[in-house]
Amino acid sequence: MPKIKLPTKSPHIDMTPMVDLFAVVLTFLMLTTTMRQPEPALVDTPTSISEKTTPDANWMTLLLSKDDKVFLNFDNGPDTLLAFRPKILVEMGKRYNIEFTDAEQTEFKKYPSSIGVPILKMKEFLDTKDNMVRTAMQTGIPIDSTDNQLADWIYCTRTVNPNVQAQIKGDAKTGFEVVKRVLDIMADKNVFKFNLITTLEAVKINLAEIQK
Amino acid sequence: MRQLKLTSQKYKSDMAEIIQEEKAGGKKKAKKHAPHIDMTPMVDLMCLLITFFMLTTAFSKAKIMEINLPEKLKDKTVEPPKISASRTLNIVLGPEGKLYYYPGTVKPEDYNSLPPLTETDFSPTGIRTILLERNRALFKKIDDFKNQVVTGKLVMSPDSAQKSISKLKTDDDTGPIVLIKAYKKATYGNFVDILDEMNICGIARYTFVEIAWYEEKMVETAAGIAPTPTPAKK
Repeated sequence: MPKIKLPTKSPHIDMTPMVDLFAVVLTFLMLTTTMRQPEPALVDTPTSISEKTTPDANWMTLLLSKDDKVFLNFDNGPDTLLAFRPKILVEMGKRYNIEFTDAEQTEFKKYPSSIGVPILKMKEFLDTKDNMVRTAMQTGIPIDSTDNQLADWIYCTRTVNPNVQAQIKGDAKTGFEVVKRVLDIMADKNVFKFNLITTLEAVKINLAEIQK
Repeated sequence: MRQLKLTSQKYKSDMAEIIQEEKAGGKKKAKKHAPHIDMTPMVDLMCLLITFFMLTTAFSKAKIMEINLPEKLKDKTVEPPKISASRTLNIVLGPEGKLYYYPGTVKPEDYNSLPPLTETDFSPTGIRTILLERNRALFKKIDDFKNQVVTGKLVMSPDSAQKSISKLKTDDDTGPIVLIKAYKKATYGNFVDILDEMNICGIARYTFVEIAWYEEKMVETAAGIAPTPTPAKK
């Protein structure tokens, strides 16, 4: 029986459909998703059945890490031209007699993540370009009654942006003492309405079974 | 497949020859060779981009749970609102994810004979059963309403359905008034869990209040931990 001669030419695969598919997936990803901002502390948020989503603008988020540090983040307002962030920083600087240069303000405006730097080190923090050094400086915002900078931050944020909504993003393992302290500070500043950031729970609840 | 094709070609060779002959008779065409572009690098690049996007983006926005805290009474002369003891259910978040509850109220004068706390847990058979038991009437109303919306007997937008449910909750005057308290060693996760439980059970009235020193004592007795030194205020 004669041997079947296999073609010596390497089989050529047409990649065009693959490219098409990838282009579609890429476009989809670019359009539907938002960039995840790097956070100074990793938090594993607790689960709930709530389906409401976070507002796009006018928010301030208090990040409570597992090791009881407090970080704060706020947005630039519904329009980036409003530039609430640098305004809040200037307001904060006035309270502590620190003057921030334009370059520092722009840096603060662009800084994408939560801040946990004591205000006295803020200038140094904004002037540093090294990310490693910056991370090391993020020691959390002081919340002691003697040096309550968080209260000042909240006050300044609410003066600049009166529509701001407070959000709390805590780790499921964050101790309640620090949460209580933060809630107290907020209550002192007349903030009684909060959004607690959670992840959606995947467990299904069978109502009929409960009723039995 | 290839082999099959080859054999079938052998049988068809006669026919092929005829066709070949016909073609040979016609004009000889220069074989057109479509310029072929190697797409492999492009695929590589796209793969990289997709991976990058998948890793750096967040698909869904974070979910939020709303909570309203009671206002702080700055004026000491104003009495806090009174609530009926029979409707009150106190839930205390204990250390290590433990959960306790007791009905009614406790006065600081009963320091020596504090009522015992009942221990329960976050499972569906734990606190949820207790809450549903006490909130049966309202829960049934809300559930009936939801069923009507789901089965299509009542046609309304999700917004107005939500409004009707909150109306049912405001009108409720038999369900429990739940006071949530947290012992200092509780975690934030427990706090969110119990608030979530309130939403699941459709509790109309619940709030978070500061734990009293005698309640801390009750938790310490129940959990078997060393009590904190004598209360500051008595």
